[in-house]
Amino acid sequence: MADRLYVKNLNFCYGSFHALKNINVGFKDKTITALIGPSGCGKSTLLRCLNRMNDLIEGIKITGNIFLDEQDVLSKKTDLISLRKRVGMVFQRPNPFPLTIYENVSFGLEVHGVNNKAQIEHIVEKSLKDAWLWDDLKDKLSHPALSIPLDQQQRLCIARLLAVEPEVILMDEPCSSLDPISTMKIEELMFELKKKYSIVIVTHNMQQAARISQYSGFLLMGEMIEFDETSTIFTNPKNQKTQDYITGRFG
Amino acid sequence: MFVKDNMSTKDKLITCVIYTVAFSAISILLLITIFIFRKGAPLIFKIGIPNFIMNKTWAPLGSQYGIFSMIMGTIWITAGAMIIGIPLGVSCSIYLVEYAPLIIRKILKPIIELLAGIPSVVYGFIGVVMLAPFIRIHMGGPGLSVLAGSIILGIMILPTIVGISIDTLQAVPNSYREGALALGATKWQSIYKVVLPAARNGIIASIILGMGRAIGETMAVIMVTGNSANVPHSILDPVRTLTSNIALEMGYATGDHQQALFSTGIVLFIFIMIINTNHLLKIYFYYLLYLPLQFFVL
Ligand SMILES: Nc1ncnc2c1ncn2[C@@H]1O[C@H](COP(=O)(O)OP(=O)(O)OP(=O)(O)O)[C@@H](O)[C@H]1O
Ligand SMILES: [Mg+2]
Repeated sequence: MADRLYVKNLNFCYGSFHALKNINVGFKDKTITALIGPSGCGKSTLLRCLNRMNDLIEGIKITGNIFLDEQDVLSKKTDLISLRKRVGMVFQRPNPFPLTIYENVSFGLEVHGVNNKAQIEHIVEKSLKDAWLWDDLKDKLSHPALSIPLDQQQRLCIARLLAVEPEVILMDEPCSSLDPISTMKIEELMFELKKKYSIVIVTHNMQQAARISQYSGFLLMGEMIEFDETSTIFTNPKNQKTQDYITGRFG
Repeated sequence: MFVKDNMSTKDKLITCVIYTVAFSAISILLLITIFIFRKGAPLIFKIGIPNFIMNKTWAPLGSQYGIFSMIMGTIWITAGAMIIGIPLGVSCSIYLVEYAPLIIRKILKPIIELLAGIPSVVYGFIGVVMLAPFIRIHMGGPGLSVLAGSIILGIMILPTIVGISIDTLQAVPNSYREGALALGATKWQSIYKVVLPAARNGIIASIILGMGRAIGETMAVIMVTGNSANVPHSILDPVRTLTSNIALEMGYATGDHQQALFSTGIVLFIFIMIINTNHLLKIYFYYLLYLPLQFFVL
């Protein structure tokens, strides 16, 4: 199966700090890929290159290529708006907008020019259903999004992403502020979403990576030390550093 | 009553001092209020509330104390100042927080806040020597007018609006902006649809404070509005506000006339009270601020 998203010779600097060193990695369609590694190794940085969120930071330097289908994401000509519609992102802390639940989900649609009210209503309902929120929230659509529990907030953030029908979903430690039961729910949800989307998840939680991902990449000090099928990484890593990390000898 | 037995002596002492200070501040305010009402209320009841508020003729020599024209003057001038000050102030703060490079914000914000420290007589002076002649020559009328007053006041309230709005906008978490951009929103969409609603209450508070300042401002208004006690019919007409009325005549007024000025003060007091009970105004400003903004987006 061909890679949906392909990173080639990616180098990334925050000012003079070389945060990503010559990264090569591919992300397959309908697959969950986990990025693991100790704090500060560049997982978030790599993830944020994929939808160009790093563009918001001043003084960055970036070389190499990232291909989404045939298109170079890093090219100056890339339309960030349609890129981010295709490559959506879920953040570490749930960050629903301080609007109503309904407005949170319809936000993306309105931004991308959907004006038909009936259509918006339909998609909002479908997205909430796909994020397993509909039963809980269908009577609260006009409530403020910040009033619901944290795990529902995080799934609301996923729902508002699903509404714009992305192709790739990037998740930066989406469960790190949630309790184990909520984490399990999100993981089950990811399993469901995997059927339609390509998912890249950054996680600190080794068990989580082992549970949900088919491929894993181990990053250390800005380098991609090893990238392979998750089962291989966790049972039979080729690199000693990977071995040390997954057995908990550092990190 | 506030000093509890289980407190140490030092605690008791400090508690006493703090409560004394707090109560004296409140009681001074209370005394001022009582004083104004004691001095002003009798005249209002003597000539009747409708006659005082709705009568257009202010002629102290002829014992005619109608302040309708001054009420209208205050409303016109304040509304004008808001029409000028709100768009300028809010868009200025949006620019400084969302668009301007950090260094420009760091330089400009203190400068704008410095504007608050300029004595109002200086604003009035600029209005008299530059603005009023400009209006007289290019737009007609006497120059000293509603328009001149509104422009000067609109500028005077900028520091209040900009200062507080900037603080509120900066307090909006960055994760909201990132969340919006990550969904493919443009910068303006993220500001308009997420940041501004998040900052709404603070921005409205800044506007209300600015409005309070506009209603209360006296010196600059006296200098640039012409002060004729007539109901204005156009923005080029001269007007007199409630505050000007008090300041202009208090120096020589006696008897009923002096009482009428205190009565004017009561009306002003009620104006300010209405503004600060801002639940109504919140709704009102929502439409004033957001509905017009919507047209930019379409
Ligand atoms: N805006 C920035 N400016 C300068 N350096 C940064 C910036 N953001 C991150 N870094 C540095 O880049 C390196 C990689 O950061 P990154 O956030 O990608 O790490 P991470 O692997 O996601 O870590 P964590 O697990 O703690 O989230 C870190 O050493 C960090 O200090
Ligand atoms: Mg991170």
